[in-house]
Parts: sequence; structure tokens; C-alpha cells
Amino acid sequence: MDEARLKERVAAFLSENDPDGDRLEFLRARFDAGLAWVWFPEGLGGLGVSRELQQVVERELAHTPQLDGGVQGIGLGMAAPTILAFGTEEQKRRFLRPLWTGEEIWCQLFSEPGAGSDLATLGTRAVRDGDEWVVDGQKVWTSGAHHARWAILVTRTDPDVPKHRGMTYFICDMHAPGVDVRPLRQITGEAEFNEVFLTGVRLPDDLRLGAVGDGWRVAQTTLMNERVAIGGAPVRRGGGMVGAVLEHWREHPELRTHDLHQRLLSLWVEAEVTRLSGARLREQLAAGQPGPEGSGMKLSFARLNQALSGLDVELRRDLGYDDWTFRRSETVDFYGRGPGYRYLRAKGNSIEGGTSEILRNIIAERVLGLPSEPRVDKDVPWKDLPR
Amino acid sequence: MTSLLYSEVEEELRAAVRDLLADRCPPATVLKRAESDPYDLDLWKTLAGEIGVAGLLIPEEHGGAGATASEVAVVLEELGRGVAPVPFFTSAVLATRALVQAGAAGLLERLADGRSTAALAVSFAASPYHPSRGSSVRLADGRLSGTVTGVAGADVADVLLVPVEGVLYRVEGAQVAAVPSLDLTRPVATVTLDGAEATRLGEVDVAGVLRYGAGLLASEQYGVAQWCLDTTLAYVKERHQFARPVGSFQAIKHRLADLWLDVVRARAAARGAVADDSPLSAAVAQAWNAGVAVHVAEEAVQLHGGIGMTWEHPVHLYLKRAKATEIALGTPGDHREALASLAEVPGPEGGQQ
Repeated sequence: MDEARLKERVAAFLSENDPDGDRLEFLRARFDAGLAWVWFPEGLGGLGVSRELQQVVERELAHTPQLDGGVQGIGLGMAAPTILAFGTEEQKRRFLRPLWTGEEIWCQLFSEPGAGSDLATLGTRAVRDGDEWVVDGQKVWTSGAHHARWAILVTRTDPDVPKHRGMTYFICDMHAPGVDVRPLRQITGEAEFNEVFLTGVRLPDDLRLGAVGDGWRVAQTTLMNERVAIGGAPVRRGGGMVGAVLEHWREHPELRTHDLHQRLLSLWVEAEVTRLSGARLREQLAAGQPGPEGSGMKLSFARLNQALSGLDVELRRDLGYDDWTFRRSETVDFYGRGPGYRYLRAKGNSIEGGTSEILRNIIAERVLGLPSEPRVDKDVPWKDLPR
Repeated sequence: MTSLLYSEVEEELRAAVRDLLADRCPPATVLKRAESDPYDLDLWKTLAGEIGVAGLLIPEEHGGAGATASEVAVVLEELGRGVAPVPFFTSAVLATRALVQAGAAGLLERLADGRSTAALAVSFAASPYHPSRGSSVRLADGRLSGTVTGVAGADVADVLLVPVEGVLYRVEGAQVAAVPSLDLTRPVATVTLDGAEATRLGEVDVAGVLRYGAGLLASEQYGVAQWCLDTTLAYVKERHQFARPVGSFQAIKHRLADLWLDVVRARAAARGAVADDSPLSAAVAQAWNAGVAVHVAEEAVQLHGGIGMTWEHPVHLYLKRAKATEIALGTPGDHREALASLAEVPGPEGGQQ
């Protein structure tokens, strides 16, 4: 299908569905018309065409009801591609439509107190009991768990084999008895994330995603999509975090010093060359030649956000903080909050979605072809690993 | 803005230049001649005439290829990668740009096919913001007198172009004295004029020529950085200490990952400067790429360990090129200072109104 045919299809859809009517009905109809994510197969919200054509649909439907990229982020960016790649036909039909329309919100149960960068060492157990699995363990850094209807969950099902081989991936029913969601307070004062305690949670076997023992491979699909989602946002020149600092800088000449000026100019240049790299990467993707640059984008954004938000606090010489209240926040509100919040929240940018240290390892090994460190955990059964 | 990617034509041009350099002047050969006869004029003849790089920026009506900065940038990437000792940047970019501005048709035709090589008698340490740095040349009674220090490519040029107060002259009888230079592969010379005869060629905007050159020099700097990164990667995979390749140590891997990210962004900045020829893009590309080339070359020396400190290994040629080019056509600090107004990031003094 080419661009012209797709436009005709969108026009036909709009002639039958009123974007000013019921929001949910409109989104459901859009999914059923294959205009949700055009690169997905027909019948699952797509048309089985190339991903570049999605931008045509987004342009044509820009004036119609939109998805909530914040609350739906994990579902759209991580759960959906994983379900598409590993789900059964039945799972795809059951989960993808309400995931896309936002009727069902998703969260991610991956990290544990004892398994962060070394996710494969995770210890949440799932034990088979007839047609069901019984899950016990603790997960952490779970954003949106308090809204979520479903979660993507990685568990340990075989402790007797080396860690990468004994894992199994599930869709977890967040309404099941034994799921306990507790807010986790961050250095910013608020609770954006949760701890999730799983105690005797019973999941039917038809919520398993992929084969028993194949959980690591399934999780890799999820994590690759996470890093693309975090680093890939387009920014205009002088926008993003540098824009937030510049606005105050321009309005308050009395705060400027020569030292801050030199540092700000250096960071402005770094932000601009990072933006150009992102633009180049998107051109490569659109031309069907994805480059390895993507692995570096998140690393750059984390560094820049931290340096710029720190400079912003210093520039303002403001010893206050806008709000330490322990409350739930729905999304990361970088620009609606004060500079102190931005400074503290940006510290998470080099931790969430793969620490900057792990990303450097990934670049070094997968992009630059450098050998891995000698490993002591590869051929040892999980239960015998020191922890 | 046009594309930041390379076109097929550009990739073909790159392959032609790279093959020729690999055949005729690999880094070891460049090193061998560096002290006796640094410029390889036979290689330059082949590049200029057979591959046709000398006439890239010359309009077709003057016998050139009428190409754009985008193709020139790809040639510069390859010449940087090879620290190739040819006067491409000084003759086919800086001098040619000045001659195109001055409308000197006859000279352009001689340059287009490589019959002549030109140099613009402007110090390599001058910048778009300070174009007369290093020059004391004055016009009196139709003759030129004074000196210009730090002129690159002058000792191998048979056409010497001197700009004075917005006018470009061709001079005869200049004294050109090569000086021992930090950059062995692009040495500089002092040009002395003592009542030299000058032929007026036309008007020239020297700051504009230097700005155009600065934007393109970012591509050469990217090429230098890419060679240093590639060569260092190959070395740390081979070199064993403690019974392991040194490239398997995380302390080394993380440094290389950071260098890679700097180089990736240097390529984007270089392409940005040719896709959009604004003063802002040139300043961004120089402010970033000049520093990256130096940093990657310094890290290349360090990560090569003892061998990196020897004359025998060519990595020092790249360090010297990178450090000299950091100064050429404005330091990173000069370009950042310019960005204060270009990008509307005013300094403290801008506030005292």
C-alpha cells in the first residue's frame, strides 16, 4: 500500500466515524480499521504495511482524539511489541485492542531489589500447579502499577539451571488476589513508582508469554523497545531541557556570570549536536537503514539533562524547593515543576531503562565489537549464585 | 534542511579517494616523507586531475564540476582519515572559494584541472571573527608589503592570493618560508611581501571564505577522529595484558563507548554544517568537532600505551593534525563565543543595558 491509498483509507474511515463523538468509540473504530499501528497485522489494529507509513496516518488524524502517551507508555512501547512477537493468536486478540485504546493500562514487573542491571539474576518464583502458576516475590520501580490492569512479568521457573535459561515470561493480572501495590517515595518527594509484592498470586497458564524457560529472550524484545522509546524523542533546536534553562537565562540578565555562560554555551553545543544525531538517526530509519546511533541517544540525553538541570539550579541561586509532598504523580512533569525537581528527577535518567554504565557495555560489545568481561555466572545454576 | 545522510554519488567519490589513498599513501608512507618532503604532489596530481577533486567547487562554465559542499565534505573526511599530505583544503576549498567570489575566471580554469595550485595568504590561525589575525600586509602605490604568518599550503602553491581590505590580489615575487610546524602533514609558512607586484582580481569577503572553510574543516576533523577511533579499537582487541585483550576491561570499554558517541555526533555536526550553510551551523560544527578530534587523538595515544608515544607509530601525525586544526579558522572557544549571539545565549555583558 502506498501513501495515496492509505490516505484514501483514512478519509473513508473519517467519513464513517465522527472524531467529535464518543472518544472511546472512535479509538475502537480506528483500531478495527487497521489505523492504530499500521505495521501490525490486519485484524490486530494494523494493515501489515511498512512502519514509515504510520506518520501519514498520524498526520491525517492529528485533529482527532489521541492516546495518552504517559499512562499508556509501557503498554504501547513495551508490552505491545512483546505480545505481538511472542503471544498466541488468542492473546493478541484479547490484549492488543484495549491496550491500544487505553481501556486497559499496563505496567512492567521486571526489576527486583536484588536484580537491577543484572536483571537475569531475578528471584521471583513461579511454580506450576496444574493449569496454573503460583507466583511469589517482590518487584520494584514499577511506574503506573496503581492504575494497571495488566503487567508484563518475568519470573524464575527453574532455579537449577544457569540464570539466563530458567526464566519464564507472563502477563500478570494486577487484580488477582495477592498482588499488593505500595507507592515508593523518590528523592523528589513524590511517588512516581511502586513496589509490588506478589504473594501466592495464581496465574492461569494461558497468561504465559512464550515457552517455559524462554523468558530471557522474550524480555530482550521488551527491553530493546524500551531504549528506543526513551532515547528517540525528536527535539527542536534549543528545545527540551536546554530550552528550559535558556528561557530563564534570557529573562534574567542579572543572574548571568562568565563561568555559567561558558558552561551553558558548551552544553548548548552538545545539545545541538545530539539533536542533529537524532535527526540523522530518524532519516536513516526512514530510509530503512537503521544505524547503531540509537544506542547512544539515551546516554547523551541523560548526561545533558543532568548537566543542564544542575546548571539551572545554580543560575537561579534559589534555595527553595517547590513541593516535597509525598503524593502520587502520574507522569514525569519536567517543565511544569521547579528547577529543583528537574535536577533531582534527571538523576533517574541515567538509571531507568538501563543504567548509563550498562549502555556503555552494550555499545562497547554490540556496536564496537569489544570482547566481554570474563563471566563467573554463565554456567552456574541460579540457585548456587552468590547474592 | 537537506539530508544529513550521504548520497550514492558521495559514497562513490569517497570510495575512489579512499582506494587511491590506501594504494598510494597509507599512514606509514605519509610518516616516511613527513620530515623531508611533506606534501605528496604526485598524489595531488592524481587526485586533482584523475579523480577531479580540484574542480569540485568550481562552476562548470569555468571547467569545474559545479559540485556542492556536500561532496567536498566527503573528500575531506577521507583526507582527514589518511592525514593525506595534499593541498586540497588550502587550494581547492579556501583559495578556490575566494577566487569564485572575486570572479577570477582565468585562474579558476587553471585550478579546475589541477594545472595550478593556489594558496590564500591568510593565517591558518585567523578566524571568521578575526580574519586579519597574523597579517600586516598593506597596499601602497599598487604594491603590497608586509608579512602573513602561519599560511598553510603556501610553499606548494604556484598562485599566491592576498586579500587586502576586501579586495583579492594575485602577487608575484613573494618570499615564502616554510617554518617547522606542529602539524607535520600540513606545515605552515611565513609569507613576506616587499613591494610585491599585485594584480587586482575582484572583491572578496575573507570572513565569509573562512566561515565556509570552517564549516567544511569539521568534516576533515571528523575523518581524523574516525581513524583514531577505528585504529584504537583494532589495537585494544589485539593487545593482550593480564592474559586478556585490553579491550575487554570495562575501564577501557567505557572510554571507547564515550568516544564513539562523540564521533557519532561529530559526523552529524559535519553533515549539519554542509546541509545548512549558516554561520550558526559552521560554528556548532567547529565548536564540537575540533575538540572531539583532539580528544579522540589524545585518547588514541593513551590507549596505544608505549607504542603510541613512539615516532614509529603514525598516531602522532593525527594528534598533531588534530591539535593544529583545533586552532585553524577559530578555536572551539572562538566559535562558542560567536554562538552567544548566533544562538541568542547572551553573556553577562549583554545584560547591562
